[in-house]
Amino acid sequence: MSTTDTTKLTAKDFTSDQEVRWCPGCGDYSILKQVQTVMPELGIPRENIVFISGIGCSSRFPYYMETYGMHSIHGRATAVASGLKATRPELSVWIVTGDGDALSIGGNHLIHLLRRNFDVNVLLFNNQIYGLTKGQYSPTSPEGQVTKSTPAGSLDHPFNPLALVLGASGTFIARSMDRDPVHLREILKRADRHKGTSLVEIYQNCNVFNDGVFEVFTEKTSKKAETLFLEHGKPLVFGEKGEKGIRLDGFTPRVVELADTSLNDLWIHDERDLGKATLLVRFFDDPAKVDHLPRPFGIFYEEDRACYEDLMEAQITEAITQKGESDLDALLRGKNTWTIA
Amino acid sequence: MKTENEIKQDVVILFAGDSGDGIQLTGTQFTNTAAMYGNDISTFPNFPAEIRAPQGTLPGVSGFQLHFGSVEIFTPGDIADVLVVMNAAALKANIKQLKPGGTIIANTDGFDPKNLKLAKYPEGVNPLKDGSLEQFRLIEVDVTKLTRNALSGSGLGTKETDRSKNMFVLGLVCWMYNRSLDPTIEFLKEQFRKRPELSETNEKVLRAGYAYGDTTETPMTRYEVKAAQLEPGNYRGIMGNQATAMGLIAAAKKSGLTLFYGTYPITPASDILHELSKHKNFGVKTFQAEDEIAAVTASIGASFGGNLGVTASSGPGIALKGEAIGLAVMLELPLVICNIQRGGPSTGLPTKTEQADLLQVMYGRNGECPVPVVAAKSPGDCFETVFEAARIAVEHMTPVFFLSDGYIANGAEPWKYPVAADLPAINVRFAKNELKEGEKFLPYKRDERLVRAWAIPGTKGLEHRVGGIEKEAETGNVSYDPDNHELMVKTRAAKVANIADSISLQALDNGPQKGKLLVLGWGSTYGAIKTAVREVIAEGGDVAHAHLRYINPFPKNLGELLNSYEKVLIPEMNNGQLIRLIRDQYLVDAKPFNKIKGIPFTSGELKTKIYELLK
Ligand code: SF4
Repeated sequence: MSTTDTTKLTAKDFTSDQEVRWCPGCGDYSILKQVQTVMPELGIPRENIVFISGIGCSSRFPYYMETYGMHSIHGRATAVASGLKATRPELSVWIVTGDGDALSIGGNHLIHLLRRNFDVNVLLFNNQIYGLTKGQYSPTSPEGQVTKSTPAGSLDHPFNPLALVLGASGTFIARSMDRDPVHLREILKRADRHKGTSLVEIYQNCNVFNDGVFEVFTEKTSKKAETLFLEHGKPLVFGEKGEKGIRLDGFTPRVVELADTSLNDLWIHDERDLGKATLLVRFFDDPAKVDHLPRPFGIFYEEDRACYEDLMEAQITEAITQKGESDLDALLRGKNTWTIA
Repeated sequence: MKTENEIKQDVVILFAGDSGDGIQLTGTQFTNTAAMYGNDISTFPNFPAEIRAPQGTLPGVSGFQLHFGSVEIFTPGDIADVLVVMNAAALKANIKQLKPGGTIIANTDGFDPKNLKLAKYPEGVNPLKDGSLEQFRLIEVDVTKLTRNALSGSGLGTKETDRSKNMFVLGLVCWMYNRSLDPTIEFLKEQFRKRPELSETNEKVLRAGYAYGDTTETPMTRYEVKAAQLEPGNYRGIMGNQATAMGLIAAAKKSGLTLFYGTYPITPASDILHELSKHKNFGVKTFQAEDEIAAVTASIGASFGGNLGVTASSGPGIALKGEAIGLAVMLELPLVICNIQRGGPSTGLPTKTEQADLLQVMYGRNGECPVPVVAAKSPGDCFETVFEAARIAVEHMTPVFFLSDGYIANGAEPWKYPVAADLPAINVRFAKNELKEGEKFLPYKRDERLVRAWAIPGTKGLEHRVGGIEKEAETGNVSYDPDNHELMVKTRAAKVANIADSISLQALDNGPQKGKLLVLGWGSTYGAIKTAVREVIAEGGDVAHAHLRYINPFPKNLGELLNSYEKVLIPEMNNGQLIRLIRDQYLVDAKPFNKIKGIPFTSGELKTKIYELLK
């Protein structure tokens, strides 16, 4: 995929002529911009890139990308992409979905996509609300959230999306946010490089129906204290001045002051460590809680596992080796025939 | 004791027993034997609804009806000449299917007190002994004991020994109809390639069954059913689902496309998946999806990528796929949707047959959502009909419904198989980048048939977006413009209507070009209508038969044809569905004839109805 003149392309070449129709101030704008910026750097011919979405605000995304694209139906982008990738493994397939689309109506397809490990990229825009239908709670809205459909507060316990993804055997699990373009671009590039289903949860602000839900992670005043940016091989350090770290006490992560702990005793991030990833995705405390853990961003986990489309091709190759190239007449004839003169 | 060979034109045998008795295998093997001998045949397996219903009970009875003859055969037969029963439940469940004077071959061991109780015969009553079967010719055979005798000293346990009981029965039936054991012996060798000892023991029992016919003291007639005068050619036996799978592979091959088959297991469609997954050397990609919706949407994804996307199900699954089929209509991508109908609504009668999804496939979607519909009339016809579905889908850029049902899906008949080179071509025209400098690609620009271009990912310069939101004519951009919406609705409808230009005119199957009565059928009622009409014509009745393959759009001459008869009769295995379409489009006062019992029409029922209308 690297032998074309894609180097000459710029973000503009990935911008379609369609007017972007999100609400002014919506986090989607930044995500679109980062994706368009990253695309020319991937070295993939534009005609080999396909964006597929379901339904929701985020799912308008393909219309704005000057690539191949399909705006499908609610929750099913993952399944559409599976069929496309199974038959056209050489394409670079990107799924754009939201918390309602991927985790509610499309929950089933998401988990099956992950276990099959098609080599596609899933951008899960999480804004903890239904935007397009004007403000009902979503499967990631916290308990008690007052929305149009829950005037007395939501009763639903929310999903922890990345724990779900890990549970479904995801092979690339990452989180980023709309307000950190540099980080987001880095993660997008890594997602592209991963062979297998790459799932990137992107915290996205819906300034109309759920403004500021991620503020504590995205705003300068609190970001450093409340977030933990993961880097492979580096200790888990966070805090206003990088003064805190995470140490593993058996299987229990503890926040420690670096003043009393040596860096060597901290949890060293290892993207390939499934056990640690299992703990990391559970860093999901309500930031309002005392003694809560910071929220991680970055790549939680990566694993090499065979992709469905490759296994499928291999079976076909094997069948051809065993039975020989297809012979339609032999098939039509079958084993037992007779002739009537 | 011996009697003369009696010549018969055709015979219907109904094999019945416990689902564990190997009834389907016995039936299939005798079918193959008869077919290879040159008889015309038609079969109808009747499975119990439960996979493992308790042994010996009525719900556990499995049946296989086989009609073979020296004349042309179109149905598995209205009523049986011979009923082979392995136990009391099998007799009780099927005795109504046996004609007066017919023969019963009963395995006496299956009529012990335990089996009689399981079959719910009153205490002390044994139908073999109480004279209730007087009007039939009863042949009692202790199959279990004779099988055990044949295998004494073989080293096999009783359980394994008893498992070959069906071979004894098959051997005996082969003796009765003067059939060679060779095809079955060949089959056994192939089947037990890895366990030759089982092939040997089964063969032994098979031969013992045959020899029993020769040596028994019980008076038994032997029959001869001569080879049929079928159209000259090369034949094989075929089942409907098998023919469907082969039709899809052939369509992929003829179009040069990769076949992608996305599906979810459901009765009675699953055998298509089983068959297709055996042919991966044809590049077939089968995908057992997580649900019906994923099955169809994955197939749409494959079609978007330039493949032959196919999905299949039965009514309940088709209901789940509805929204996605609407998407395919909006995207204007090829897609074949097979609906192997069964009794409904809801879970309905999963193992029984019905034609009650016609209106579902015509109208069961939101919005104005036209989809072409074709229907197969017999097991072998599934091949050509599904091939046609694929041709229409690809050449007209549209989803297409292919209808079959449980009856033809599992039924078998001799099939004059085609030669690959003689199959029609399917023309695929992927869009090429022929844009001039500064010109924009218009994904929804149409040709004279209103068909848009199939521009697939990987084609440089044709990057475009499609989606389920109403699109602007030509550009395909999102459009909420009122006039545009009306234009697009009308255009999509006209595109489907235009398919009538590429299909053959409706031919008569039988009967005069005009006259008193036309029987108009579709789908699996073909054999029964064919037989009934043929007989009435032979008896001097003024009746004709036309059978529809194309239901949406109808062939262009259909209105004219309907108007050539004083009366039109539409028999259907539903509560009247085609008749609504016919009345709606042609304002013809057609008469319905409906059967909604989960079982096919008999030709006898149809004849009676035809005579009623001819009066
Ligand atoms: S409703 Fe919310 S998510 Fe949707 S476009 Fe507006 S701000 Fe963005």
